[in-house]
Amino acid sequence: MPGILRIAYKLLANDRAKFAALLVGITFAVFLMIQMTSLFSGILRRSSATVINIGASVWVMDPAVQTAANTIPLPDYILDEVRSIPGVKWAVPLYSGVALLKLGDGVYQSASVIGLDDTSLFGRPTLLSGAIDDVYGENAFIAVKDAEFRKLGKPTLGAEFELNDHRGVIVGTARVAASGLFGMPTLYTTYNRAIQYIPNMRFTISYILVEPKTLADVPEIQREVAAAGYLALTKDEFINKISNFYKYQTGMGTNILLMTVISFILGLSISGQTFYTFVIENIEKFGALKAIGAKGSELISIILFEATFVALTGYGLGVGLCALMIWVARLYLPGYAAIITFLNLGLAFVMVVAIAAISSYFGVRKVLRIEPFDIFRS
Amino acid sequence: MKAAIQAVGLNKWFGEGETRTYAVRDVTFEAYFGEMLYVVGPSGSGKTTLLSIISGILRPNTGAVTIEGSAIWDLSADALAEFRLRRIGFVFQDYHLFSRLTTAENVAIPLILQKRAWAQAMKEAEHDLDVVGLKGRAELPPLKLSGGEQQRVAIARAIVTRPDILIFDEPTASLDGDTGRNIVDFVRRHILTSRRCIVIVTHDGRIFDFADRIMQMEDGRLAGIERENLDAR
Repeated sequence: MPGILRIAYKLLANDRAKFAALLVGITFAVFLMIQMTSLFSGILRRSSATVINIGASVWVMDPAVQTAANTIPLPDYILDEVRSIPGVKWAVPLYSGVALLKLGDGVYQSASVIGLDDTSLFGRPTLLSGAIDDVYGENAFIAVKDAEFRKLGKPTLGAEFELNDHRGVIVGTARVAASGLFGMPTLYTTYNRAIQYIPNMRFTISYILVEPKTLADVPEIQREVAAAGYLALTKDEFINKISNFYKYQTGMGTNILLMTVISFILGLSISGQTFYTFVIENIEKFGALKAIGAKGSELISIILFEATFVALTGYGLGVGLCALMIWVARLYLPGYAAIITFLNLGLAFVMVVAIAAISSYFGVRKVLRIEPFDIFRS
Repeated sequence: MKAAIQAVGLNKWFGEGETRTYAVRDVTFEAYFGEMLYVVGPSGSGKTTLLSIISGILRPNTGAVTIEGSAIWDLSADALAEFRLRRIGFVFQDYHLFSRLTTAENVAIPLILQKRAWAQAMKEAEHDLDVVGLKGRAELPPLKLSGGEQQRVAIARAIVTRPDILIFDEPTASLDGDTGRNIVDFVRRHILTSRRCIVIVTHDGRIFDFADRIMQMEDGRLAGIERENLDAR
């Protein structure tokens, strides 16, 4: 490390009270920023859990659908119409709904029920126990072993429950890529059993899952489906649509954004003020250095190094603290939704760099304006 | 004697028009190697402004300062900073030591600015702390030292780059009488050499007897120079 930066480090670290205040300010700000955005990321991911878990390339739905949960049933002939589009390799129905279960101990529990196409079982989860063929057995359901699994009474294979006066049997357990948003356990069964067991409206298809022959066929499929008065979205488009709904139409995005901005201002005010005080307290010394022969660039390097060091250390501590908090939260709340993504980390990093830049800007300005002559006059 | 500093026709004023005030007016003098030159005068007489001009810190409105053949005010800002770093040592009235650094680190700062390796800079700093009588105090923070000791640390910092010219600003202002005299006596005996010129701004009459020459300033003008000590030595 160049000597001037070593001096800078010692000036910073040896002033323990201010160093601690700076670190606490930045760490807390980063923690809050990442915590807020991670929670939002987790919620967004869970809101698209059905889309992620089923994994179909193209989803056909009613244009009024805004999230995967609020399905609007499609008429059966639309399935035939979609299958007749030249670019479609295959198309299958999917049922997605909510059912009220009466568990073995008499307790009622809501559950999300996914009905897979009977022929292909497209979108089936990865089994942890049982065999996939067993889903064709009488009253058969597969339970997803996620954070909500315990709400089914941690059933073993063969466990029974009631669903709308029908008997249900757990024939397997499975895992999926993403858990749902609403805190309900998830059951998979066949499409026909789902529409038979759960009370429905006239139409029963929640979504039509489409596999195009080639990616180039997707626009044509979307045009044909639109001509029929419905909407065909790729998997990513559907996830974006759901995310946009939660971001812009629920107030959730605005609230999270506000909290993130408040965290930024909090971090900026604590660290900015502390850093500026630090510079002001040493301003005469900086002036003396200037008189001795330090160049402006060397004084700037001292301040920038200190600001960068504090920012990066605080960033690391903030990220670590947030990860620790999420880990602890998940020990007690298995369904805790927060997830740290690279986007969250990048956003917090940009903000912490902004905090360091703004804090150091005022310090640098002050140091560059100090005249060595003032030191003699003091 | 060889001139270390040649100041010719120095003028420095602040403000313009009716508000123009002269801090230094038509000052011309020379300072020599091997001498201890005092600049004395009442408060507001222009001592500090003159000191700042001849040490390359405050640009005069007119006039020139030449240090060993270099017209310092013709240098660029960076070149002038480099010149000060290598050729001039400063001892400030309030010392301006970093309280968060050790005394050795404070002394080593000019060497660090000269891009000297850390270990070498510390070694040289400790050596010069020995020179000023602070052996064994290298790792202490300045605030653990007395006022006189802090002054010695500031002196060690000023001499660590082996400058030709040393500038002292009111070196005894923060010290009691005996300590002040001891410090100046120490500088006279151990720091002043035939290859070094020391300029001291002071209004402390108790240390006048250590000067080779005394420049008297009044209202920004050079009122006179006493030469007794220089001639005697």
